[in-house]
Amino acid sequence: MLKEWVRSNKLTLTFILLGAVIFLFIIVPLFRMIFASDPDILRETLFDPEVTKAILLTLYTALIATGVGFVLGVPLAYLLARHEFRGKRIVEGLIDVPIVVPHTAAGIALLFVFGRNFLAGRAFDAVGIHFVDSTAGIVVAMLFVSVPFLIDSAKEGFKKVDVRLEKVARTLGASPWQTFFKISFPLAWRSILSGNIMMWARGISEFGAVIILAYHPMIAPTLIYERFETYGLTYSRPVAVLLILISLIIFVVLRTLVKGGRKGD
Amino acid sequence: MIEVRDLWVDLGDFVLRGANLDISAGEYFVILGPTGAGKTVLLESMAGLYPLKRGRIWLGGREVTGLQPEKRGISIVYQDQMLFPHLTVRDNITFGLKIRKDSPAEMEATLAWLSELLGIDHLLDRKPDTLSGGEKQKIALARALSVRPRLLLLDEPLSALDPNSREVLQRELKRLHEQYRVTTVHVTHDFEEAIALADRVAVIGDGAIQQIGTPEQIFRQPGSEFVARFAMVRNIFLGEVRSDESEGALFEVDGVRLAVVTEHHGRCHASLRPEDIIVSHAPFPSSARNSFAGTITGVSDKGSTLLLTINVPPDFVCLVTRNSFEAMELSVGRQVYITFKASAVNIF
Repeated sequence: MLKEWVRSNKLTLTFILLGAVIFLFIIVPLFRMIFASDPDILRETLFDPEVTKAILLTLYTALIATGVGFVLGVPLAYLLARHEFRGKRIVEGLIDVPIVVPHTAAGIALLFVFGRNFLAGRAFDAVGIHFVDSTAGIVVAMLFVSVPFLIDSAKEGFKKVDVRLEKVARTLGASPWQTFFKISFPLAWRSILSGNIMMWARGISEFGAVIILAYHPMIAPTLIYERFETYGLTYSRPVAVLLILISLIIFVVLRTLVKGGRKGD
Repeated sequence: MIEVRDLWVDLGDFVLRGANLDISAGEYFVILGPTGAGKTVLLESMAGLYPLKRGRIWLGGREVTGLQPEKRGISIVYQDQMLFPHLTVRDNITFGLKIRKDSPAEMEATLAWLSELLGIDHLLDRKPDTLSGGEKQKIALARALSVRPRLLLLDEPLSALDPNSREVLQRELKRLHEQYRVTTVHVTHDFEEAIALADRVAVIGDGAIQQIGTPEQIFRQPGSEFVARFAMVRNIFLGEVRSDESEGALFEVDGVRLAVVTEHHGRCHASLRPEDIIVSHAPFPSSARNSFAGTITGVSDKGSTLLLTINVPPDFVCLVTRNSFEAMELSVGRQVYITFKASAVNIF
């Protein structure tokens, strides 16, 4: 009986085995780190002002980056979903470049534009915004590496909205703006929201681009790195555990919210 | 009412060339053409939803060629309804009214009128994905009518429905139009649907308008081979359906009564395929309920088959094979009997 079942489900069994290996590979390090931590040290770390400050700064800067990405990225996503034009593929390819380049390289590239002696850097300098070793620099670095997730997700969301829904709205008297805000945007909202969450998550976890542009003020990933370099494993681990736990809680909550909303439709 | 002059629509692999249409106020105008003939695009270009390559459009004496779709007063209903999935039925119907900022009282009045008209009162608080195809199509119609359009465009409104809802909605469309006389342009690939609903029909194909005329003109005198192919069903009659206590539904045309199976009443069309008619020399006892004597008045040779015109009256076109034709020694002037089942007659 069992033999029979095994024979007819060979593919599924093989895939379960292979899948289990990679799944364990992902969760074992995370769980080991979390459960091997001394609760007392963890509590102590939680009240370490340097750590709290870094974590809050990380969440905050990633949120700002997501906000900027939302305002500038959603319109672009809509254009890409609705219009065909020469060179569209190239534009779409370029948007995804930040995902594939090494993030330290991205940081250096950003420095060339936002550094004090360069293009945008000088322009913003005039209004008192500096990017090197500043919060603004962190935001720029996070924005660069994480906005493709939002644009791609929003674009897919808009593509799923039948263009004839917009056409019907127009014939009923809605202007292009009204059509966008009453039909296209609400219908693509789930994809846009999950794109926002992805973007925020990616921002929180960014390290490479940020340290090139703004080592200080220190975001949590930078702090982990610094403690690891200066004091070793014992002191860097609690910070890492905290960041992982906080990220985990936030994303579980957000995902449930998104899912719950979907069920309500 | 609506005038379309020299309209060119480019669909990439297909171009509609130089279409001209004149549709009068209150008319029910059907555009009939095979799938992929650019019918949807023709409608969308009237509504301003599709860019014109060339041509001009007037609506009620005013040129609307370059006008934004929201300023034209033209509503559209698509085959797959396109109800806004995130809004309730009520909000779908009042969408256009909210945009133009009708007062709540006006909105309620419109909603009451449409609910009554289409019998959709019980659906108002539902979401579109809980509705059947026929219900969705009624809501789409209500939404299109809510803004009291000058022109109503229907894009294959019956094609996505099951046969039952289709018949119901077709009757509904007819009744609506008789009551309110909204100028309507309806595109379809279904010949019988076109004949049942249209005041006039335009047949399009091969990138151009082939013929425009009343349904009778289209099926009695197809202007081209293309139109004739569309009018494949050769026997189409306009008559009256009556219910008889003892005999069931009867379709009366030219004094002849055909036994039929239908839910329709009153003035209707009947169609009968030439191959569904049996030709014999003597009355033919069978389960078929229709049997008439007639005279052969025409023979048209199609190679291995022949089409006979048999005058009862009216004229019936019947298909026989060459073998039967020769074996029965049929010729013009001979008296024969024709027999067909009540269920072979399609009433629409």
